[in-house]
Amino acid sequence: MRAILSLAWKSLMNRKGSVILTLVAVALSVALFLGVEKARTGAREGFGNTISGTDLIVGAPTGTVNLLLYSVFRMGNATAEVSWPTYQKIAARPDIAWTVPISLGDSHRGFRVLGTTDAYFDHYKYGRGQSLALAKGERFGDVFDAVIGADVARELGYEIGSPLVLSHGLGTANLDGGHENRPFRVVGILAPTGTPVDRTVHVSLEAITAIHVGWETGAKNPLSDTIDETMIRSFDLTPKSVTAILVGLTQKGTILTTRRAINTNTGEPLMAIIPGAALAELWSVTAFAERALMAVSVFVIAVGLVSILTSILTSLNERRREMSILRAVGARPGHIFSLLVLEAGLVGFLGALVGIALIHAILLVAGPMVEARYGVSLAGTGPGLTDLYTLLAVTLAALVIGMLPAWAAFRRSLADGLSVKL
Amino acid sequence: MTDPAIQIDGLRFAWKGAEPVLDVPVFTLARGERLFLRGPSGSGKSTLLGVIAGVLVADSGRVNVLGQELGSLSSAGRDRMRADHLGVIFQMFNLVPYLSVVGNVTLPLKFSGRRRKAVGADADAEARRLLGRLGLTDEALLARRVSDLSVGQQQRVAAARALIGGPEVVIADEPTSALDSDARDRFIELLSEEAARTGAALLFVSHDASLARLFDRAVDLAEINRARVSA
Ligand SMILES: Nc1ncnc2c1ncn2[C@@H]1O[C@H](COP(=O)(O)OP(=O)(O)O)[C@@H](O)[C@H]1O
Ligand SMILES: [Mg+2]
Repeated sequence: MRAILSLAWKSLMNRKGSVILTLVAVALSVALFLGVEKARTGAREGFGNTISGTDLIVGAPTGTVNLLLYSVFRMGNATAEVSWPTYQKIAARPDIAWTVPISLGDSHRGFRVLGTTDAYFDHYKYGRGQSLALAKGERFGDVFDAVIGADVARELGYEIGSPLVLSHGLGTANLDGGHENRPFRVVGILAPTGTPVDRTVHVSLEAITAIHVGWETGAKNPLSDTIDETMIRSFDLTPKSVTAILVGLTQKGTILTTRRAINTNTGEPLMAIIPGAALAELWSVTAFAERALMAVSVFVIAVGLVSILTSILTSLNERRREMSILRAVGARPGHIFSLLVLEAGLVGFLGALVGIALIHAILLVAGPMVEARYGVSLAGTGPGLTDLYTLLAVTLAALVIGMLPAWAAFRRSLADGLSVKL
Repeated sequence: MTDPAIQIDGLRFAWKGAEPVLDVPVFTLARGERLFLRGPSGSGKSTLLGVIAGVLVADSGRVNVLGQELGSLSSAGRDRMRADHLGVIFQMFNLVPYLSVVGNVTLPLKFSGRRRKAVGADADAEARRLLGRLGLTDEALLARRVSDLSVGQQQRVAAARALIGGPEVVIADEPTSALDSDARDRFIELLSEEAARTGAALLFVSHDASLARLFDRAVDLAEINRARVSA
């Protein structure tokens, strides 16, 4: 076998030009496949890591996915709110260790505004239990203080002290319907997290109440512009309601009982979801797209493998002579068969190897950029099991595919005898 | 040692779906004998060599090589027989394009432990020695790609390959038909000399009757073959 392997190698080296083309095709297809695979697992991990450490999310009754979408991903809208007394009742439950009330509904130049309390910075966790960290500045202390996510700061070029005007509702250019008479000030910028937190403007719950003074009917009261900052500060800014509540339990074991208690007997219709389960449900919505993406990249590999097949098949005719020489010096048909199978396997193996090297080189260069920019960790920390399995699978598939031309050559070497009619 | 190199009795062979090409009641090649087998193109010379080499299987009759009945061997057995005991030279395109000159000469050693042993540890040196005896000594020439050699040079490389490891039988299928007459005679002389030195029997096939003078014995295929192919 070693003799045949060395023959296969020399034969490939002799056809460098076409072999390199085939190799490149295989390498690119493998690189694409692994790139898609790594982006996919990275996205999935990042997605699953959006929120951690929170046991329950409570909101007005809606779909599980919907509650998750607006409370965690800042997408869509709450149809109803949770009243402040109810929030207080929940927060006071003995089986609940902490609560983070959040209030949504406003935006700042396309970024969602989230009203919350100090507890948010203490208890909101993402990834494997990482806490939010301030890159600059401090938490909000005053009603008109804002703490912005990393993307907000980067995209809008905000620094500590930058003024910002919130707009009512979620439009970007809500010029005449804005809260321009209640200007805010950036006091803190959060470090990047790779979660929707990066794209959020955080203010206190009181701030949300404050900016809505004069909006009690849902539309802007013309008189509201006459109410200035100092007047607002004198108002009672206790919120009337919150949009959702993040809940941490005293004992993890009570999660189902607590959940049932909240769902059934709080007086106000409520819904509590378990973030992990809801995330899984939401992810399964994307499973179809994910599978389609997988299928496409698997097909791309198949195309790469077919290019091995074509290159060997087209070379067979001109190599007929070579085969009968090998037969004449004592090669058995099995030798001819293994020669061609090994050639295919070598191209598959080397192509996959180059492809793996290529994608890791790309990840090494582009990975940190993608992670910083989109918060998708490409898991490009180094070659892993996926790469090994891909290498093995591609090599194996190439060996199997090589059997086709090998079989053809084998049959022909039997039929040709010693003399080839050229 | 008393067995002849090749002994054929009642051989019949037909290509699939065609008239019989070979019907050879008896044919013998003694050990060490240098025999010239003449026949026009299409008369079945190459087919006969294929049967002797064990690549083609006779429909009936017995083909005995070095006392071994080919019909009693498996196809792998015939392949081993050929690897160990037979050297083959074709008309042209004898060389594997991706191997060096020396690599082509030592190629049979990859498939035959017996010939590998006969050559000893330094196969390349033996290849160079054989090439030298056949008039290929120039190192620059040996370093060339085999496709850059002249046809005459290629045929000598093929001869060295057929002779390496001392096989008992060398069969040559019109190896000189692409050479001019001087090169042809010189090639046959060198091949005969080397075959004589290693004691190999030489079965040399050609349509060119004028070569008969260079051999111990000459046979017309028509004399031994009763089948008549209308070419
Ligand atoms: N591989 C083959 N398949 C089918 N017929 C063949 C094959 N090789 C040779 N023949 C036929 O066998 C006959 C003898 O051919 P061949 O042995 O090559 O003659 P020669 O070598 O004397 O020129 C011819 O009629 C030829 O067409
Ligand atoms: Mg012929």
